[in-house]
Amino acid sequence: MKVPEKNGLENVDVLAFQKALQRREFLRYTGYAGTALAAGSLLGLASCKDGDSDGGVSFGSGDVAILNYAYALEQLEAAFYTQLIATPFSGMTTGEKSLLTDVRDHEVAHREFFKAALGTNAIRDLEVDFSSINFTSRDSVLGTAKAFEDLGVSAYNGAGRYITTPDYLLLAGKIVSVEARHAAYIRDLISNGTFADSTVIDGNGLDKSRKPREVLTIAAPYIKTRLDANTLPA
Amino acid sequence: MNFLKIFSQIEEQDPEIYGRLDTRRDAMRSFAGLGKKIALTSLPFALGSMLNKAYGQTPNSSVLDVLNYALTLEYLEYEFYATALNSSGLIPAGAATGAITTIRNHELAHVNFLKTAISAAGGTPVAKPTFDLSGGNGSGNGPFKAAFTSYELFLAVAQTLEDTGVRAYKGQAGNLIGTGDVLEAALNIHSVEARHASHIRQMRKANNFGDVKPWITGKEPGLGSANALVQASYDGEENTVQAGVNIVNINGQSISANAASESFDEPLTKAQVLAIVDPFIV
Repeated sequence: MKVPEKNGLENVDVLAFQKALQRREFLRYTGYAGTALAAGSLLGLASCKDGDSDGGVSFGSGDVAILNYAYALEQLEAAFYTQLIATPFSGMTTGEKSLLTDVRDHEVAHREFFKAALGTNAIRDLEVDFSSINFTSRDSVLGTAKAFEDLGVSAYNGAGRYITTPDYLLLAGKIVSVEARHAAYIRDLISNGTFADSTVIDGNGLDKSRKPREVLTIAAPYIKTRLDANTLPA
Repeated sequence: MNFLKIFSQIEEQDPEIYGRLDTRRDAMRSFAGLGKKIALTSLPFALGSMLNKAYGQTPNSSVLDVLNYALTLEYLEYEFYATALNSSGLIPAGAATGAITTIRNHELAHVNFLKTAISAAGGTPVAKPTFDLSGGNGSGNGPFKAAFTSYELFLAVAQTLEDTGVRAYKGQAGNLIGTGDVLEAALNIHSVEARHASHIRQMRKANNFGDVKPWITGKEPGLGSANALVQASYDGEENTVQAGVNIVNINGQSISANAASESFDEPLTKAQVLAIVDPFIV
């Protein structure tokens, strides 16, 4: 599998970059130059829009693109929990192992569901990079799990509006609440009572949403396979 | 969610919006002038009134119906937790009181968010119903009347309310397709209710009140002798087939029926939910 170096200038999507620049002017004008810009502009994503021979894996278009995007995230989560259970961190209790095995099974079920539902439209298996995670360390593993679960919740919350088929929206809804249950459990494992603290829930009592490209930027360090996010909503 | 984001997203949904307003520049100037002060408290108002201005009419009634339905459920949840926190000796001090306070505050925030958004969109928020939290239809003598003296029963009802709330929001998502920010806000509330449900379930397990996990297994309420009282809130959760795909042992993976049911939460229709909460509304 070809894995081009990340963030080389030649890999930056010129069009997306131009859009980002326009967006920056807009942000300046409205006084909102924020972190979202940095996240959106330098994805290290490919410029080739068709196929994955050179420019990275394409998600397809329309609802298929959103489902493939969810499939990519579920691949990441399933691979993470599979490793977590295969090499448990030191001090994992019996109760923790039981529930974390459940979480693994849920993520594998999600991954395989998308693969089956997408059929020939499914993106290929992604190669992950967990070199930054110390699987023997409780703190490292649970910290990563928390980041992945909160990211997953925000990803589904942010993607729902782009889904046009009611059945697909319902399926995303069926999955996101399970991800939120996971997120709350992992957070409570790290520090009891943080299941829905102010780092994820705002003053209106709303959970976070993230745009697909922002999510993929956050996930990028854990995914070796190059992804072409051009067909996803910016 | 921030104001700018909403603005750009409305533009995506409706490229003509600048024509409906004045001009793009005018629109942006007015937004820029509002600045960051608007961030949280004014958001639902700004959202609703902007939709009004852009479309010259209130959103279609089914969207307002969904929001008022959600508001009714949030009123109930808030009243339940507020009453519990005012019942001295019910909830242990420390972590438990902290968690229930967090949840109560979210439910109140949801009430206020929905009321403001409905008003600003030209609708009329439903008034808070008179509740009978005993589930006795006004008699005050329903099966849950001990919920504010028994911590175990309190947590049992809390779990049921949260799990039901998750299912209720999920059942309305399809009615909000194409509404952009309204759908997204509903999703943002939906996942908060799921976080609550997860924590309440952990509290029940930690207190040996029920052998439950943070997620729903099969259609098991996990309330022992009280199961029958709440079974309608769990029926259907045992589903293991999604979009025609059998999740049990899918694609050769070892996935049990329990895990398959836990992996997907199921929706409830509005009629199902209203039947469930009917004994609580006088």
